[in-house]
Amino acid sequence: MSKTLFDKVWDSHVVQHIEDGPDVLFIDRHLVHEVTSPVAFLGLKNRGIKVLYPERTFATADHNTPTLNQHLPVKDELSANQLKALEENSKAHGIPYWGLGHEKNGIVHVIGPENGITVPGATIVCGDSHTSTHGAFGAIAFGIGTSEVEMVLSTQCIMQPKPKKMRININGSLSTGVTPKDVALFIISKLTTSGATGYFVEYAGDVFKAMSMEGRMTVCNLSIEMGARGGMIAPDEKTFDYVKGREYAPKGADWDKAMEYWKTLYSDENAVFDQEISFDASEIEPMITYGTNPGMGMGIQNNIPLADAVEGGNATYKKSLDYMDFNEGETMIGKPIDFVFLGSCTNGRIEDFRAFASVIKGRKKAQNVTAWLVPGSHKVEEAIKEEGILDILHEAGFELREPGCSACLAMNDDKIPAGKYAVSTSNRNFEGRQGPGARTLLASPLVAAAAAVTGKVTDPRELMEEVVA
Amino acid sequence: MAYDKFNILKSSAVPLPIENVDTDQIIPARFLKATERKGFGDNLFRDWRYNSDNTPKEHFVLNNPIYSGKILVGGKNFGSGSSREHAAWAVYDYGFRCVVSSFFADIFRNNCLNIGVLPVQVSADFLDKIFKAIEKDPKTELEISLPEQTITILATGESETFNINGYKKENMLNGFDDIDYLLNIKKDIEVFGQKTPL
Repeated sequence: MSKTLFDKVWDSHVVQHIEDGPDVLFIDRHLVHEVTSPVAFLGLKNRGIKVLYPERTFATADHNTPTLNQHLPVKDELSANQLKALEENSKAHGIPYWGLGHEKNGIVHVIGPENGITVPGATIVCGDSHTSTHGAFGAIAFGIGTSEVEMVLSTQCIMQPKPKKMRININGSLSTGVTPKDVALFIISKLTTSGATGYFVEYAGDVFKAMSMEGRMTVCNLSIEMGARGGMIAPDEKTFDYVKGREYAPKGADWDKAMEYWKTLYSDENAVFDQEISFDASEIEPMITYGTNPGMGMGIQNNIPLADAVEGGNATYKKSLDYMDFNEGETMIGKPIDFVFLGSCTNGRIEDFRAFASVIKGRKKAQNVTAWLVPGSHKVEEAIKEEGILDILHEAGFELREPGCSACLAMNDDKIPAGKYAVSTSNRNFEGRQGPGARTLLASPLVAAAAAVTGKVTDPRELMEEVVA
Repeated sequence: MAYDKFNILKSSAVPLPIENVDTDQIIPARFLKATERKGFGDNLFRDWRYNSDNTPKEHFVLNNPIYSGKILVGGKNFGSGSSREHAAWAVYDYGFRCVVSSFFADIFRNNCLNIGVLPVQVSADFLDKIFKAIEKDPKTELEISLPEQTITILATGESETFNINGYKKENMLNGFDDIDYLLNIKKDIEVFGQKTPL
């Protein structure tokens, strides 16, 4: 029978199917961070059991960590407690722990792929909804709650009803200035934040084939923002090249054996999806969000939709624009902004810093803008230095901070003040997401860079053309 | 952790007719720093409920004494965004045992089921009827029967059925959790684990 990529990976991990209930799904690799794990470890302690497979479990500190002076003790007492708890729990259960200052430390969804923990055909979970990132490698990867973290720690399994399957096809080629982030924001704007709830998405077509691994990670990362549990892309030579030689990737004969399996990971020609959606790449412009969920995005040159044109939820829509202090029908271009955040598991990889640098090179940071540039990991930080990007940033008046989730969810001190506007490369523009009262405009690293040097919402293509000329 | 059994719940309800309520609203990230599952109810809907100086926002429904009960009724796509189970904990800790909406985000729904809060998905029409009934009489009661899988507006007798899979239903009726189940089949899991490469 013809199978989808998702079916192939899912079905091979089912330990037991419960009639009129979920599947018991075996998890190959489990990523753990400080915020969603302490109560799970407490559960194990209360039951008197140990982590079943510590060798399949990896822990890092990223969510509540400072992005300045990481060599000093963490000042915030509650954050310090969580970090200490994770360190102690990891030690007690024999789990590798990459805490602050460790060379492998970074955002959990950046370091997984970097260290070869993320491989094709694997099942990967983490107590974080953006675990969908790892689907870029043809893995089934999704976020779970703390009760489920406890399940995986204690039994390496979770119980999940099998989701429905959706395929999103985009053919053609992307225009200049259109990045993977724009592709994702475009899809979400079309499907809404709940359009893929109950589904696992496969991305297919020219655009994703042509995309780098970093770009694929950005797209899969944002799958959750349209409600999907996860998204995945069939692995190809680019995927295998990326994985090969990384620390936790298979080696020697194991590599050959793995490759045999990985090469079977694609949707069969006649495989049936519950829903199939297609777009043309030429429809996609550089995107920006104007509201308080990631589905409220549009081409940067467009006007904010009229409330009457929005399907249902008129009151909710107006509440959202009130929060942002925007008016229906107006343009976003030229709106002054206060902060720029480059980073997060969505856009905190080396390619994102390259893109940002390409626009700000030879320009100066706008006086009215505070810019927080936060690499996704120490490895990204190293690459930024090695490639000379740090010099470009410094010359333009920017500083680089230390790795972590930072202002994406503002659990640490990196909070956008109330009422201020931030052009952010992160993943959520919910009310207060980046600090109580903060107003977030989600966009690509190119749009963020254009805003950082002009101090207002600017179409990056204008600056890019100048460079070319 | 085993949780409270759920059978039939008869209660007035708190209406929150807003769509796409995300888990950052249910519990903002800055309140996720605990290492124990305690006290999250105090910060349920923190930034909608309190001003920055911690005084209550008069117009928010949780600060309006005419609304109370163990049932929270939310707009479409309730619980979207972050996977933080703290959101479900906050809902539970505040005193809700059931959330009603016309559509739930996936992870939030699972998290609720895993801690014994029943997510009841109704049609858009029925949700509207519930909101209207509460608007008419804030003390109006809903009855949710898990055995029958029905939700009824007692004042009008209007009723609708809801879905839950048989396995989860048994768990909720008996207060069992998934870990108990998984630990019981640990031998099978270990056999599976042995043949599954790292």
